[in-house]
Amino acid sequence: MSAPHPAYGRFEQALRSGRPVVTCEVRSADGADPAAVRKRARLVRDWVDAVNVPDNTGGVVHASPWASCAILAQEGIDPIVHMTCRDRNRMALQSDLLGANLLGIRNVLCLTGDHMIHGDQPETKPVYDVDSIQLVAIATKLAREGKYLSGREVKPPPNLFPGAAANPFAPPYEYRPLRVGKKVDAGARFIQTQIVYNVDRFEEFMARVRDLGIDRRVPILAGVAPIRSVKAAQFMRDQVPGMEVPDPLIRRMAAAGDAKARREEEGIRICVEIIERLKKIPGLAGFHLMPIEWESAVAEICRQSGLRPATSPPAAGSSASPVSPLLNP
Amino acid sequence: MTTALENLPPAIAWFGRLLRRYPRAGRQLNRAAAPFENLTKVLMFGCNMCGQCILHETGMTCPMNCPKTLRDGPCGGVRMNGHCEVKPEMMCVWVKAERRSRWLPWREEILRVQEPLDWRLKGSSAILNMFSGPLLDERGRP
Ligand code: SF4
Repeated sequence: MSAPHPAYGRFEQALRSGRPVVTCEVRSADGADPAAVRKRARLVRDWVDAVNVPDNTGGVVHASPWASCAILAQEGIDPIVHMTCRDRNRMALQSDLLGANLLGIRNVLCLTGDHMIHGDQPETKPVYDVDSIQLVAIATKLAREGKYLSGREVKPPPNLFPGAAANPFAPPYEYRPLRVGKKVDAGARFIQTQIVYNVDRFEEFMARVRDLGIDRRVPILAGVAPIRSVKAAQFMRDQVPGMEVPDPLIRRMAAAGDAKARREEEGIRICVEIIERLKKIPGLAGFHLMPIEWESAVAEICRQSGLRPATSPPAAGSSASPVSPLLNP
Repeated sequence: MTTALENLPPAIAWFGRLLRRYPRAGRQLNRAAAPFENLTKVLMFGCNMCGQCILHETGMTCPMNCPKTLRDGPCGGVRMNGHCEVKPEMMCVWVKAERRSRWLPWREEILRVQEPLDWRLKGSSAILNMFSGPLLDERGRP
């Protein structure tokens, strides 16, 4: 695990194993303390094959995700860095792809990015120089052809494993599966979906994906997340564009009451039930847990639903970072 | 009629070569033609004059009206009613594009992965750019 550029990262190995893969999301640092990221990393490390770090989700500034990813790599985790087109033009994107790779980060989730209008600095100038599909193509060009967008050679080329997101819950619904195909055409090697609460809609989406044969071209991980309170559920339904939270779920959360332990228990139970239903859908390669600011829930969800990483967890004290001897305290 | 149509592609190619041979004149012609082309397209399709038209691939809907200027399809933020995540009063450009593209015989064009935009060409004539390729001067201006 500690060789600078193993042929495949642990995440890619997991996807190649044919067993269901588990990934989860961990917040990027929200302060200048690396220990906070290490703490979150240790909460989830033994339960997943790879860990995503989001890029200023919802337009709220956090530490650069690649920096947190570099810390995860030191903790023996294979990180998946999110990269959005909202804050960087094509030059910055290319240099970040290369820079992240120098720190041992291979997996990149290429995203368009939530618009800053939903964040706490809506007055910011949006960039959106390229879009997520073009970003996948740029990462593929860097890694496969060993060339920058200009055609200039990158020597040696970075070892990147680009992926993309899919949202089956936003219109135009018929177009969403085709869009996944388009992302694969551009070079996406894995797909992680938006959080599934409406399983029926997700089943329809996956049926179409199978019809088109896309599940055989790319591994698809279904996004799942525990709900922490009625308020959180209503916020996701009303304030987060592109999220669908059916009313029966909100009623269940309301029925669980206000006591923290009871509502959290119910939230995790709902999540586990959704996972059980998703396990029956053919064509899925695994699960992506998004415990929004609630990393400690990952272990409990995995325990209850029987999700286990497809690859064996890293030995204690091992590092996946090529530069760890310099950075490690 | 048939002969006229048959002669069209070679005529366009010849015209494109001509423009490339005389790039200064080509640029002048482009600058002269751009307002007329863009006026029609602004009136008809709400064109944003990016200079690299893909209207025919997007159901004749200008993707540059998307607040994220996405050229490869809708973002994940489209609201349940099909409206834009950034401008709730506006129908998502790509919901319209997808619906309209179904009427076109070349509907699968919407699935083509687009090249990143050349922002230098903004405001120039997309039709002439298509014929001749971008004609940039020594300082990289259209
Ligand atoms: S909702 Fe549609 S128009 Fe609005 S930013 Fe997303 S893709 Fe663009």
